Amino acid sequence: MGETLTAARPEGAAMRAARAEATVKPATELRECVVEIISDSGEGAQRCGQSFGSIAARMGNGIWTVEIIPAEIQPPARSIAGASGNRIRIGSGQVKNGGDGVDVAVAFNEQVLLGRVHAGELKPGCKILLESMWRTHSDPEIAAAYTATYDKLVADGYKVYEIPLERECKPLVADPRRGKNMFVLGMLCSIFSLDLKLAREQVRLTFRKKADNVVKANLALLEAGASWAEASLDFKYRIPAVRAKEPQIVVNGNTALALGVLASGMEICAMYPITPATSASHYLSEVFERVGGIVHQAEDEIAACAFAVGASYAGRCAVTVTSGPGYSLKQEVIGLAVMCEIPLVVVNVQRGGPSTGQPTKGEQGDLLAAMFGSHGDAPKVVMAASTIEDCFYSIITARKIAETFNMVVVVLSDSNLATSQQPFPRPAFNEAWLAPPIDQSPIPAGAKPYDWDPVTGIARRFIPGQPNGMHTLTGLAHDRESHVAYDPYNNQEAIRHRSLKLAALQKTLKPPPIFGDPEGDLLVIGWGSTRGAIEEAVEKLRGEGKKVSSMHLRFLQPMAPGIDAAMRRFRRVMTIESNWADHAEDRLIDATNRRFSALAMLLRARYLVDVDCWSEVTGQPIKPGTVYDVLSRRLAAQAGG
Amino acid sequence: MAMPTKECMLRMYEEDHHLEDYQGSIPRWCNGCGDNAILAAVQRLCRDENLRPEKMVFVSGIGCASRFPHYMKTYGFHGVHGRALPIAEGIKLSRPDLHVFVNTGDGDCCSIGAAHWIHAIRYNMNMTMVLHDNHVYGLTKMQVSPTSPKGLRSNTTPRGAYLEALNPLTVTLGVQNVSFVAQAVDWIPEAVYAVISAAFHHKGFSFVRIIQRCPEFLPKLWEPWLHDPDKTLLLTHENGVQYSASLTKVYKNGRRHDPSDIHRAREIASTIDPLPVGILYRNAGVPCYEDLREGAELRTAAMIRAGLEAELDKFTVWPDSTEQPSAGAARAAARATE
Repeated sequence: MGETLTAARPEGAAMRAARAEATVKPATELRECVVEIISDSGEGAQRCGQSFGSIAARMGNGIWTVEIIPAEIQPPARSIAGASGNRIRIGSGQVKNGGDGVDVAVAFNEQVLLGRVHAGELKPGCKILLESMWRTHSDPEIAAAYTATYDKLVADGYKVYEIPLERECKPLVADPRRGKNMFVLGMLCSIFSLDLKLAREQVRLTFRKKADNVVKANLALLEAGASWAEASLDFKYRIPAVRAKEPQIVVNGNTALALGVLASGMEICAMYPITPATSASHYLSEVFERVGGIVHQAEDEIAACAFAVGASYAGRCAVTVTSGPGYSLKQEVIGLAVMCEIPLVVVNVQRGGPSTGQPTKGEQGDLLAAMFGSHGDAPKVVMAASTIEDCFYSIITARKIAETFNMVVVVLSDSNLATSQQPFPRPAFNEAWLAPPIDQSPIPAGAKPYDWDPVTGIARRFIPGQPNGMHTLTGLAHDRESHVAYDPYNNQEAIRHRSLKLAALQKTLKPPPIFGDPEGDLLVIGWGSTRGAIEEAVEKLRGEGKKVSSMHLRFLQPMAPGIDAAMRRFRRVMTIESNWADHAEDRLIDATNRRFSALAMLLRARYLVDVDCWSEVTGQPIKPGTVYDVLSRRLAAQAGG
Repeated sequence: MAMPTKECMLRMYEEDHHLEDYQGSIPRWCNGCGDNAILAAVQRLCRDENLRPEKMVFVSGIGCASRFPHYMKTYGFHGVHGRALPIAEGIKLSRPDLHVFVNTGDGDCCSIGAAHWIHAIRYNMNMTMVLHDNHVYGLTKMQVSPTSPKGLRSNTTPRGAYLEALNPLTVTLGVQNVSFVAQAVDWIPEAVYAVISAAFHHKGFSFVRIIQRCPEFLPKLWEPWLHDPDKTLLLTHENGVQYSASLTKVYKNGRRHDPSDIHRAREIASTIDPLPVGILYRNAGVPCYEDLREGAELRTAAMIRAGLEAELDKFTVWPDSTEQPSAGAARAAARATE
């Protein structure tokens, strides 16, 4: 039987505040905590969660926030599939992922909560703060559903606190449905002993575009929520924080990508709306023109890519931002850019596939498409961002590589990074990030449009407007003069030089750092958004004395030097990924037909090392606890074998 | 967007250009192919306008017509099937100082690239598009195209084409923001030159359809028009094209048509017998996308830095919470002006 709390009768805010002042509740100290706030969509749980995360970050806590997004824009109210909100993991130190189970859940109705319960997201015994208005709802069916769910949750051992959100917000705001979120924010600030002064600043920042009375009403809700929790709840936490000495940026991965575009000096972003990439373009559309940039929403994905290719060809390196299905559509034009050696940055914020798949859910399913996509031999650079900070810097690096090597650079992100927030040190702008003005100097006599360097394969590019540089670029096989050439010699030479550029880039890369000791029993290799979960699990196992380390690849093509040597210093190597790998234990699967996950396959092929893999494609971020269990079993099996 | 180079460069001397300055490699089109007539007209236009070859970009897709850029001695971009227009738009938006031409065929434009065609009309970017319409897929050897006449026996329609031909003129004239539509036939070089020249001088997206013969696969399609000049309707107007006396002596079927009259233009566009030749529609008042998107300020490193710092300020958690974001913005601005 879970403990319940009968809400006190209504009392004046002043009286409540006075009581809260009088009794300072002892706070339990925690190292970290996972909180979820969930509501019907449109009730503001996301805003509440983001604000809560930001306040905690300003306190100096490490945070990682994850959006909980229903697939539909307006799912029916009070539906299990309609859960919308935010997960916030707060810690004393740096937090690298969304964690395992929820410790404290706040739900605006019991149905959206059930969505999370069924998904197995709540820890056993998790504290649930549940809006109680449904108990006395005029519709008997709703009231009955509420009571049944409540009883079940209590029976299952959750600690359910019924919170009269509606009743408490009513005196403060005309439509309580729109105000509950700030009340809840106040409650959470009290529960987690966050500084209310910072909370007020955050509310003012959140509503900075709104009228004064809106800001005041939300501040009142915040205070009311804090006082109510202080007076009425029997628990309070404190997560010690070390305030950072340097300024930190708190944004999600897509905003970080857009900021990276801004900082890279690129001038044109051509895109077509697609989930989950679009929010990067939304933000960029708002701000890009202020630095002289343009977001062009093209008529389709192909046009967006072709537009970017045209802009780049004419001298202004461009970026196109998309997700899986859009990436598939762009493939032919990407091949054209490869063939004509036009610099281009393509961002693929991966989602579940194939086909329409899971638009709002994460997966790392596009690695091989990014590397080998487009017909024929189309070498391109493939990078993967593994943290929010990485989303920012990857774009700057990608642009530099694209222009230095006249190549297509694909930057892979995914929906987990796209919507998660994690603070990182504020970047210090560097003018070297920008490109020099477009070269319009005359081309020296005798120079050829594809004067491939015999060692690096790099050729100087002629830009329209340069006198004496006139030539026609073509997607057809061509010689150094850019003349159509089908002869065996020229075709092979051109392919060789385009491929050499990858090797030239590879020679400039540093070996990926190893997380943990450089040798041991097991090396875990990953790429992209799984980094936080992998490193957390590895750290925990190492704390238990296990000889496990991990390595995270930023460059997937070309692969950095040193990977081979690193792998050979471990007894076993495996990857953890979020793309499909056949289960070795399935009846028809054996060593000759097993499909390995993407990176494992690449590592096996390239280094002739027996790399194993474990993967999961649930659409959810891989949890550190899951990785921990997988690695523990693997280590145990290894020790046994 | 940065300052277009044309505005900061002075021409220090007069240049004189000759036809050879625009002639690239030897055309490999069939003898009698209408593409040759278009190439000749375009090269003449370049010479007459004394255009600098390095300031011109010819963009094409795939097909016989799309070989066009190879035969010009300018910058050219022979891309992928159907996508010449978005490539050309990217070029124009980033470099308004360049003269951009698009050469495309009926398959390239009206079939695989149809979506881009419709939207190019809406963007109305300042470029000239020539639709080389020979009513058949030639490069891939005689398949039906969207503009093939109904009943055409081709390799993919051995029992005759099932559908009515698409009329590129009426389609173009039906799209919002249309600003220039003209038509000519390859066997009247004077008209080809006249409409392409008018298209070049029009500020906006100029759509020129050249009806051309395919001597290999459809040699007889336009024979009745060739043999009977009265089946051609010469559109003339003081705001349109004026033809020479020697031409009007042969082609007597002429009509005054005011190119500002879109309703009349749509009516004329829908006939093929007589076949209208000249400018059907012109409206210089439609805004160009590149002008709508052009920024007011010069793009400098200081500007980018200030913009980035201002954005970073919005998301910054300062170590000292008493320091407000506005203070950071002021600091960034100060840095930017250093």
